[in-house]
Amino acid sequence: MIAFFSDYTVQIVLMGSIILGITAGSLGTFAVLRRQSLLGDAISHATLPGVCLAFMLVQTKNPLPLLIGAALAGWVGTLLIMLITDTTRIKRDSALGIVLSVFFGFGLVLLTIVQKMPTATKAGLDKFLFGNAATLLHSDVMMMLNFSVIIFAFVVMFWKEFKLIVFDADFARSLGINVRAFDILLTTLIVASIVIGLQTVGVVLMSAMLVAPAAAARQWTDRLGHMVLISALFGSISGVLGSVTSSVFLKLPTGPMIVIFLSIFVLISLAFAPNRGLVWDWLRFRKNRKLIQETSMLKNLMLFSEIHTDPFHPHDIAALTAIGRGAIDQTMNEIRQKGWARQFPDKKWALTPKGLEEAKRLTEEFEEQFDVDTSV
Amino acid sequence: MSTHQFEILLLASMTAVTCALPGVFLVLRRVALMSDAISHAILLGIVLAFFWTKNLASPLLIVGAAVMGIVTVALTELIIQTRKLKKDAAIGLVFPFLFSIGVILLNRFTGDIHLDADCVLFGEIAFAPFNRLVIDGVDLGPQSLWTTGAILVLNLVFITLFFKELKLATFDPGLAAALGFMPVALNYGLMSLVSITAVASFESVGSILVVALMIAPPAGAYLLTDRLHWMLAISAGLGIISAVGGYLMAYLLDASIAGSMATFAGIVFLFVFVFAPERGLLARFIVRRWTKWNFASDTLAVHLLNSEMAHAEDTERIVSHMNEHMLWDTQYTSEVIAQSIQDGLIRKTGDKLSLTPLGREKAKESISKK
Repeated sequence: MIAFFSDYTVQIVLMGSIILGITAGSLGTFAVLRRQSLLGDAISHATLPGVCLAFMLVQTKNPLPLLIGAALAGWVGTLLIMLITDTTRIKRDSALGIVLSVFFGFGLVLLTIVQKMPTATKAGLDKFLFGNAATLLHSDVMMMLNFSVIIFAFVVMFWKEFKLIVFDADFARSLGINVRAFDILLTTLIVASIVIGLQTVGVVLMSAMLVAPAAAARQWTDRLGHMVLISALFGSISGVLGSVTSSVFLKLPTGPMIVIFLSIFVLISLAFAPNRGLVWDWLRFRKNRKLIQETSMLKNLMLFSEIHTDPFHPHDIAALTAIGRGAIDQTMNEIRQKGWARQFPDKKWALTPKGLEEAKRLTEEFEEQFDVDTSV
Repeated sequence: MSTHQFEILLLASMTAVTCALPGVFLVLRRVALMSDAISHAILLGIVLAFFWTKNLASPLLIVGAAVMGIVTVALTELIIQTRKLKKDAAIGLVFPFLFSIGVILLNRFTGDIHLDADCVLFGEIAFAPFNRLVIDGVDLGPQSLWTTGAILVLNLVFITLFFKELKLATFDPGLAAALGFMPVALNYGLMSLVSITAVASFESVGSILVVALMIAPPAGAYLLTDRLHWMLAISAGLGIISAVGGYLMAYLLDASIAGSMATFAGIVFLFVFVFAPERGLLARFIVRRWTKWNFASDTLAVHLLNSEMAHAEDTERIVSHMNEHMLWDTQYTSEVIAQSIQDGLIRKTGDKLSLTPLGREKAKESISKK
């Protein structure tokens, strides 16, 4: 195990996936909060023709020009989406779909042309589709690092502005912030963060790298800063797990493996995140339901006691069943344990003095709260 | 043109029409990207069905894929219903997950058969004619032509039968629900159609390009008409143009046919986007320009009419002072004056401007409008 992690190639792969996870996870936070989750999908597909065109121009395997080409194509795609939605009645989803599929199709055309070029021995462009962390070089990782340092510099510099346009663009506008410019800057940063993941995850699944960690992180916090940190954490852990498993078991592509780990984080977060998790929702629901059942049963008992001279006279459970509903026996047990009611033979029940007091208190509270008179 | 080429062209056109029909409703209902989600997720359905049948030609593959399409929609709806995530995030989570499982299963367990992620992503329509449907020794043409044809008929029948329901549920889901048209059931019906169409089409055009054929032609048609049945017809037409043009492009460049078809679908859309009457970029530019000029010459005519009726000083009408009265810059003022003279609204005598009868009428008309 130690030998595995001290291996030079493995260290490169690990570093690459950590940088990628942190960058994509952080930027994804903004995309998810602005409801632009699918923009990442469109942009990452749109980068393919850029990669191919750059390769045709410079004829090199050096990734820098390829990634710059990718970024330019992704950026053009984004501007086209904005142009289409701003000037026509075509909705955002259609604009995204068109740019995604048409750019990708054009990328395929270029890819088939590149593969027929005599100088190109495929040029490893294939790995841009599904990604392959195992082929990352030291120079690749250094480049990713540079990209992400620049991205984070911008995020830190304009943190306040980004926060504003994410949560209240109108307010930002009223403060004199150029929302349009920051919108384009933020989207450009998202494009850049997609580009650094292309070699590792590939264009097809890169969007999940943005969306999934942020969607999971959203469940754990209501603060932007915390969400960015948690998202970066989830992103880098999944990146590492995915890269390692795909490097250890050959035949497993990196991109899909990372996505599987990301999805597990999302599932866990949806279910168990404190406060927002579905499990807590369910427990809260049960608790409330029990409370409602108990108090309404108490109320029914009081109704019976009011029409009898002795308020503590026992009544048949059948009568209570007739006007109450749901889990009668269980509820009766609960209110007996609270000392609100007493059980008599032949399935008869009566209020205790404590129960009567509690019932009156609840009725008063209810009348006060809703300003109504519930007396018969 | 050889038979081989003709068959490819026919298959490509048929695929384009088959995709465009349900695509119209995806575009109108603002769920265009469900096509992307479904066309990715069905890979898992195909792989699982293949493990079950061990036969790539089995019709169960289509069933498996269609079921997985429905699962995608249901899972997405389920996540949205928990209210923990927004719709776009839900879509963006479900399909990469299902697609990833599909890709991993493919890579791990099916090394030596002809089914890989590349072929699912890109398709290869050029090979489609080699797979013939032969019954009793009679060659009935490529098998995929029959599959696609059958699904085209299915789409046509569904849309014809439920045209009224689809129309109402698309444009007014609330009313559709109130009238008991079951918009939810209809939605799942439509999504099943999208899944089945995607399965049949991606053998030839690949999963991502299915998206191009489903979205680009209907989006173009959306800029050309306001009527649903016309939109369906125009989408089909634009789809065929994309298919034929794409095939020609692939032939000339010696490149991927599916990729070229998607590219050409994009070119067709771009053309409509720029040149569509009324809604095109150019038409809107012209209308805006015309409105601006019309407003300027109206304002000038009203100014002259006012000074005429008030018997104001002649200085109000002197050409060289006009820019001050109108608060325009000199260049713009002289352009507007020249245009108005040319349109016969005003005339220039010496240094003074006056309204022609036509100009006076126009000025009065634009005042009374307010």
